[in-house]
Amino acid sequence: MSGGQPVRITVDRDRCCGSGNCVVTVPEVFDQDDAEGLVVLHQPEPPPEYADRLREAVDLCPAGAIRLDE
Amino acid sequence: MTGSTTTDLPLFPFFNTASPFAPLTEADRATIDDPLTPVQLPTGQRAWLVTRHADVRQVLRHPGFSADFGRPNFPMLRAVSLGSDEDRQGGFIRMDGEEHSRLRRMLTAEFMIKNIRRIEPLIQETVDRALDDMYDAGPPADLVHSFALPVPSMVICHLLGVPYQDHGFFQARSHTLLDQSASAESVATAAQELRDYLRSLIEAKQRSTVDSEDLLSRLVNERVRTGELTVGELVGMALLLLIAGHETTANMIGLSTLLLLQHPGHLAALRADPTLAPGLVEELLRYLTIVRSGLPRLATEDIEVGGHLVRAGEGVIALLSLANRDDAVFGDPEDFVLDRQAHQHIAFGFGVHQCIGQPLARAELRIALVELARRFPDLRANAALADIPGRTTSVVYGLTELPVTW
Ligand code: SF4
Repeated sequence: MSGGQPVRITVDRDRCCGSGNCVVTVPEVFDQDDAEGLVVLHQPEPPPEYADRLREAVDLCPAGAIRLDE
Repeated sequence: MTGSTTTDLPLFPFFNTASPFAPLTEADRATIDDPLTPVQLPTGQRAWLVTRHADVRQVLRHPGFSADFGRPNFPMLRAVSLGSDEDRQGGFIRMDGEEHSRLRRMLTAEFMIKNIRRIEPLIQETVDRALDDMYDAGPPADLVHSFALPVPSMVICHLLGVPYQDHGFFQARSHTLLDQSASAESVATAAQELRDYLRSLIEAKQRSTVDSEDLLSRLVNERVRTGELTVGELVGMALLLLIAGHETTANMIGLSTLLLLQHPGHLAALRADPTLAPGLVEELLRYLTIVRSGLPRLATEDIEVGGHLVRAGEGVIALLSLANRDDAVFGDPEDFVLDRQAHQHIAFGFGVHQCIGQPLARAELRIALVELARRFPDLRANAALADIPGRTTSVVYGLTELPVTW
């Protein structure tokens, strides 16, 4: 781990509209399930070096379904 | 804000005739006040035009702004009849909340990136074949009819299980449906004919004993037979997908080609390095934003937008094209910049209605432009810019023709 603060990601599948923007932005962290195409997390506590891209994913999520706690 | 008929408010939609690359004329732009401009719609209704990137995103993501055309006072961009309840079934882009997500969720997995990756070979083949044919027929050509329109049309037909040989029929009708200058009667007739066509296609799939893999057949087998979806709803969903699937990408391919022909350096760079394509596609989407008349919404509660209170019952129009040229987000927004990181553009909309087909549209655009650049290094427009006809009155802007030679 680099020295950054740990980050925590939570997603709200009820809000998710399956746009996939998060999957494009941080494929290491986000995916979509095969049945409904809604967001799933590969890792809820990603390494801190992803923080910039995670913030971008939060910003680009059209449904406001991603929360980032830093 | 409804009911007024005499007014000196700007009339909206603006129909741009100045340049295919400017979202609106200088004169129309001069009528816009930041952040909200009151405008008058063809129905006589008034609405607020919202043009800043942050405000447009707020409106489109806020659950207090409804997309449901059936609500009283909903701001209509043209005077057309809404049709019966039956006609509106399945049209989930005009629904809110649970009603919307129930239908959309039957389709999200279909269009997600990893599934679109699987059909990239099909897109590539379709692009190759169309370009072979255009090349063999020899210069000159109309790039819209030889390439931009058939490629997405063939791909969506293949995915849905709609026979491509019927393309003349459904392309003519979807053109009318999107034309804001078409009469209410011709719009209603075109919609009815398309619905009847899709209904008989779906009914044939219901009767079929062969296991077909296309999307409409699977929805029939997995959703209609199980009672989760009615045939009327599936007809409405198929209508949306068929129109959105070929009109939007087709217009992006045609218009992007014309823009790239004005920027031969960008085209040469793409030819030399096809890995530039994904970034270029985002910038094309931002710069061209073909849904030029924006997205209408109705406030269902009082909501502050850009420091201004929009009251419950008032209409707003989220103007994607100007939001995508907001200098608070994009430096030198009027410039078309090859390697701009334009990911924040909202050409696909924003909020829960954001385009479900965006991975498909991106893949089609990328593959089409890379292959066109590679195979036609001497491609050039065969008419002066001013003589190339644009779809100025359509909900989806684009070119009706693009004469080219090589
Ligand atoms: S960006 Fe948001 S809406 Fe889109 S798939 Fe990810 S979580 Fe869902």
